[in-house]
Amino acid sequence: MTSLTTTVSNTEIAPRSSLWRHLRHVVSENPVTGVAFLLFAMFVVLAVFGPYLVPFDPLQTDTGPALQSPSAAHWFGTDHLGRDVFSRVVVATRLDLLISVSAVAISFVLGSVMGCFAGYFGGWTDRITGRLVDTIMAFPLFVLAMGIVAAAGNTVENIVYATAIINLPFYARMARAEVSIRRNAGYVQAARLAGNSELRVLFGHIFPNTLPPMMVQISLNMGWAILNAAGLSFIGLGVQPPAPEWGIMVAEGANFIISGEWWLVIFPGLALMLAVFTFNLIGDGLRDLVDPQRRT
Amino acid sequence: MSVPLLDINRLSIDFVTRNGTVRAIDDISLAVGKGETLGIVGESGSGKSVTSYAVMRILDRAGRIAGGSIQYGGVSLHKAKERDLRDIRGREISMIFQNPRAALNPIRRIGQQVADVLIQHSQATRANAREKAIDMLRAVKIRDPEKRYEAYPYELSGGMCQRVVIAIALACKPRLLIADEPTTGLDVTTQKAVMDLIMELTREFNMSTILITHDLGLAAAYCDRLVVMEKGKVIEANGASELFHAPHEAYTRQLLQATPHRDSNVRDLLPDELRKEAISLPAQRTPGNPILSVRHLRKQFGKPGAEGSHLAVKDLSFQIREGESLGLVGESGCGKSTTSAMVMRLLDTSEGEIEFLGEDIAPVQASKFAAHPLRGKLQMVFQDPTDSLNPRWTAAQSIADPLNRLARDMDSKAREQRVVELAGLVGLPINLLNRFPHQLSGGQKARVGIARAIALQPKLLILDEPTAALDVSVQAVVLNLLEDLKHRLGMSYLFISHDLNVVRLLCDRIMVMQNGEVVEEDNASELLDNPKTDYTRSLLAAIPHPPETGKSAERASV
Repeated sequence: MTSLTTTVSNTEIAPRSSLWRHLRHVVSENPVTGVAFLLFAMFVVLAVFGPYLVPFDPLQTDTGPALQSPSAAHWFGTDHLGRDVFSRVVVATRLDLLISVSAVAISFVLGSVMGCFAGYFGGWTDRITGRLVDTIMAFPLFVLAMGIVAAAGNTVENIVYATAIINLPFYARMARAEVSIRRNAGYVQAARLAGNSELRVLFGHIFPNTLPPMMVQISLNMGWAILNAAGLSFIGLGVQPPAPEWGIMVAEGANFIISGEWWLVIFPGLALMLAVFTFNLIGDGLRDLVDPQRRT
Repeated sequence: MSVPLLDINRLSIDFVTRNGTVRAIDDISLAVGKGETLGIVGESGSGKSVTSYAVMRILDRAGRIAGGSIQYGGVSLHKAKERDLRDIRGREISMIFQNPRAALNPIRRIGQQVADVLIQHSQATRANAREKAIDMLRAVKIRDPEKRYEAYPYELSGGMCQRVVIAIALACKPRLLIADEPTTGLDVTTQKAVMDLIMELTREFNMSTILITHDLGLAAAYCDRLVVMEKGKVIEANGASELFHAPHEAYTRQLLQATPHRDSNVRDLLPDELRKEAISLPAQRTPGNPILSVRHLRKQFGKPGAEGSHLAVKDLSFQIREGESLGLVGESGCGKSTTSAMVMRLLDTSEGEIEFLGEDIAPVQASKFAAHPLRGKLQMVFQDPTDSLNPRWTAAQSIADPLNRLARDMDSKAREQRVVELAGLVGLPINLLNRFPHQLSGGQKARVGIARAIALQPKLLILDEPTAALDVSVQAVVLNLLEDLKHRLGMSYLFISHDLNVVRLLCDRIMVMQNGEVVEEDNASELLDNPKTDYTRSLLAAIPHPPETGKSAERASV
């Protein structure tokens, strides 16, 4: 009987490699992913250590002459109150990332739980979730977010909630689709036979397998969430001056474009663009990282 | 054979992969004459499909022809331009793929798909394409072709879809047809119908055919010549019946041996060196008391009388005794999977009793049965070893899952030990335990699935075509493993399959199902030797019969 073992392993299989090696492979396979990971790391460093790295206090006025163009002392110039634009752009990273990360986290958790139930159990859970999601999608999303913030009050938390709500449908729909195609897969049946309760089958077996496509959604959504938060601030809802935030900075600087003070708008705008760009690029890389099949 | 139609000379193909360049095809030469049927036989990974892709020049981007030549009627296919190839594909050489449903465009009417090919290759104008397409559908024996012209692929059965694919492939009367596993996944009776049809049409149009298959029996029954491939090399090439009667190479002999036929027993399938070491099986077993009694089982999908409702299982009764193997045989849609899901308590019953170990478990809701004390005693081995393992879990995690859920009295140390012990029982090397499913071969995945199923020492194991997705040599080993485990652990089996030759190897009794009803039930040997119903006879007749070889010829050569 033991002898039966020898015949099967005729295919050579590479040994299981570490996560680090896998990361290196993912990056080398697609250099763009490498760039995205580097940019992402930069944003994380800026968000965590930003306030300690910058040359000036972002709120301090008259750090130099007002409306000075970029120079050696003020790399991105100064604004109409003489605040250092570079410091403000860097420090704003934390607030913008915080808003988008928490908004996306909330919508990911709530949306995928709703979607998982709808996709797995079907019936009335599916109908209720479906109609709820349809209702949210029926509004122009940005207008809905505006309405929520205007009604609930101009606070950072409310921006987070509003952004989370408008992103919810994407996760709910995706989770529902991904779960329902796996609902009767062989390994799911096997899990039921192994004595897993329905909830454990759903969250222990099916849900982890939906993560790779969800990762792409998350990273794309991060970009949208940042844009959304900045957009709300731009129109005067949400983050209030003088807090450094990319959207407000663009809004404040917009008045000065005509008079030629372009650096007030360009730099926060570039930061915003770069952040969205990074999150959009990083999606495929993240998916490859969480997919064990890619880790040959 | 004067000038061959297709001449492959010293062809090599490389694939660029993450771990370097892999030679998929290594210096193979073969030729197909006019009107000839050539069978390419080999197990998965032997390069048989890659060879045909190279002929059609549809290798994916990682693959390239590293050397050698492919000549087709004076054209050098290996260096032909894409534009010229487009005229050759479909017009001169066409191909039938394994999965007919995937090969058809799901949102286009089947008749139009046939017409498209005709128009593409200027065999018809827009005006008469419909008419010609209907002729073609008639040629592949689709009943009522005018009406079926308007059908979508989802409205047709698998066998019908394959006929449409054949119609598309043959629409332009190509001179060479490549059929890549054309009947895998079809029932035996459908397989016979489809193969007979291909042979009839190719003969009628005087075409050459390459049949690519893993099934030596099928290839031998339909081909003039056979080429056996292994790991990118041609091992042996000969006339079909010569190759069957007097295989020269050890690998061919091993393949022949592993293919179950009429009167082999389960040990005969193993290669000689394994057979010597295998434990001997107890000759005659006396089955014990019934452990499973199914009485008047019914399953109704949808409300009775409503549109789309379907009575999948009608009044089914049977018994399985302790230590007994019952085979459940039937074509797809006969209700055998529904029956197994109900017995396994994955599906609620509509009516009837399922008495297991003295308790009627039919009233327990399927979704609640996970917590039932009998859950561990009733387990299953699934059809597709890949699909039945969680892709994110290692082999050890998968095997440990039932222990973690149901073996409450074991501590984590004991569970770990049990996983190692189970791996030993099913012959899975310990160092493979922390691999993910995609890092394991088909046979290894099957072992993981079996180890998981026997982890809780079940009394009854349902085997749902456990070897359908495996190569014959792996199937031979897995079937033997199952037979050993049955005796060592004292389990009973309900073996579900459409392959009577496989069922015969493991089962004491066989039950034949059709349209949700048992049409015949008897001792295995009695049922196969003296079938009483026409349906059983037709199932038996559909099994491809290679030119008479049996064990006699093969034994003589050993």
